[in-house]
Amino acid sequence: MSISVPALMGQLLIGLINGSFYALLSLGLAVIFGLLNIINFTHGAQYMLGAFVAWFLLNKAGLNYWWALAIVPFVLAAFGVVIERLMLKHLYKLDHLYGLLLTFGLALILEGVFTNQFGSAGLPYAMPEKLTGGYNLGFMFLPTYRAWVIVASLVICIATWFVIERTKLGSYLRAATENPSLVQAFGVNVPRMITLTYGFGAGLAGLAGVFAAPIYQVSPQMGSSLIIVVFAVVVIGGMGSIMGSILTGFGLGIIEGLTKYFYPEASSTVIFVIMAIVLVVRPQGLFGQR
Amino acid sequence: MAIEAKRTPDGEAPALASRDEIWEARYHRIGSIGLFAVLLVLPAVFYPVFLMKALCFALFACAFNLLIGYGGLLSFGHAMFLGMAGYISAYAAKVWGLTPELAIACGTASATLLGVVAGMIAIRRQGIYFAMITLALAQMVYFFCVQAPFTGGEDGIQAVPRGKLFGLLPLSNPLTMYYTVLAIFAGGFFLIHRIVHSPFGQVLKAIRDNEARAISLGYRTERYKLAAFVMSAALAGLAGATKAIVFQLASLTDVHWGMSGEVVLMTLVGGLGTVFGPVAGAFVLVAMESYLSQLGAWVTIVQGIIFVICVLAFRRGIVGELEAWLRRRRGNP
Repeated sequence: MSISVPALMGQLLIGLINGSFYALLSLGLAVIFGLLNIINFTHGAQYMLGAFVAWFLLNKAGLNYWWALAIVPFVLAAFGVVIERLMLKHLYKLDHLYGLLLTFGLALILEGVFTNQFGSAGLPYAMPEKLTGGYNLGFMFLPTYRAWVIVASLVICIATWFVIERTKLGSYLRAATENPSLVQAFGVNVPRMITLTYGFGAGLAGLAGVFAAPIYQVSPQMGSSLIIVVFAVVVIGGMGSIMGSILTGFGLGIIEGLTKYFYPEASSTVIFVIMAIVLVVRPQGLFGQR
Repeated sequence: MAIEAKRTPDGEAPALASRDEIWEARYHRIGSIGLFAVLLVLPAVFYPVFLMKALCFALFACAFNLLIGYGGLLSFGHAMFLGMAGYISAYAAKVWGLTPELAIACGTASATLLGVVAGMIAIRRQGIYFAMITLALAQMVYFFCVQAPFTGGEDGIQAVPRGKLFGLLPLSNPLTMYYTVLAIFAGGFFLIHRIVHSPFGQVLKAIRDNEARAISLGYRTERYKLAAFVMSAALAGLAGATKAIVFQLASLTDVHWGMSGEVVLMTLVGGLGTVFGPVAGAFVLVAMESYLSQLGAWVTIVQGIIFVICVLAFRRGIVGELEAWLRRRRGNP
């Protein structure tokens, strides 16, 4: 079998792009799960919402991509804080599964509302001018925007890892994950920390949505199909470690890209197959403890 | 599957049943008689097609409830069993020309097999992970069904012949079809009742309540969980296979994750872990969907809202609230 380098590199690039989204979203899921013990099914809808808010800002308010990058995370974080205060707060004493069910319901509502308003067809989002074009690397063509997304999400992932693993705030967060009541006894406002964590996770999903808007169509269904893959990514990586989520996200994106080149029929299922294998060999996930 | 029922020393004396248990058994008996008496005469009032749809979903929800209500395992991928059994049963009836009962048996067998494989993978984790894994596995089955040639892709398998039951009774007659579906539902319903009230079911409940303790008592809990998963898958498959024959159609809708969510919602609305809850939930939601069907995406929104309300304020569901009220009125001693 002869290997066409540009085609292979092209698929690898798509893999890396997908991987950046897997990493960003699974990172948010892991952070939320760590503190709230809730699997945020709304994560996909929040990602979709981020893309839509960016679209609104561009087409209704005349604010360009860079403004969207700055505003959207805060809009989504505020939305997340409202959800946490109004609803999730009441579920912490119950079985964790209720959190999953509630956020699933919220995802259905959001997806339904946007499908009603905009139909299933996607809306185009214009690529920001400064990031159009690309570089010819000799063996492949690298579009500037895609390079930007990969670099930006890497930076965000590593910054998040740094804040959680290497700063004082992060140490409070990790301590509260281990034993919230003890941390609260030391005078840390744990409920507020939980609220802000959920807001942070939602903001991260919204930011991923802004990144995605120029690449994919902005559509109501863009989140739900992605979130299921991200769940598989999270199962493969195990939610114990932040760096684990990042590495698994990018790694699986690359594997998916390679599969698209070598055996395209399996490209939509390869991550699920890997999940099944990992569960048989190492049920706690690649980076999971216990 | 070799699972031996282990008896506690006093477990051999059924005469020691408490007043609560006697009351509960009576409530189940009266409830079941009432339910089936109503179901027998309902075609006089409602369209059989609506009732058959509701019954198929009721069986599906009962199968799902077996797993969550008694095993404590929330599967977010039960659509894979419903949908896959539907495809196989439709294919068997249409391409192989099998009689409906054989087609349904083929569909159920395929779902059972799928249940064994999916179960062995999924029971390796619990709680939230279990839900995510089943969802991911179901998505894999969905993509398989999109690509596999025998499913007909976006079109599905259409114009499946209903055929003649045992080669004798033509199921094109709506009433014959309805009573066949009712018989299948009744079979599944009582099978679940037997499973839940068997020693096996007791062990399952013990595992749900405290798995570590069940392990320390010597039970191989993963085998019990796998067995429950496979039974639930088989019954969900039975529902899907029947549904394909009734509606003469197997399509991607039934394998989609939305269907997995729908069965969770039905069971939640009716009452998790109650005997009659899934049936009530299925009838309520099927009725709601047929009324809202012209409103398109509103169905999703309404479903989402019901989810949120149920989780926040109505966790016992319709039948759960009813049971709680009955217990209160009885003045729980």
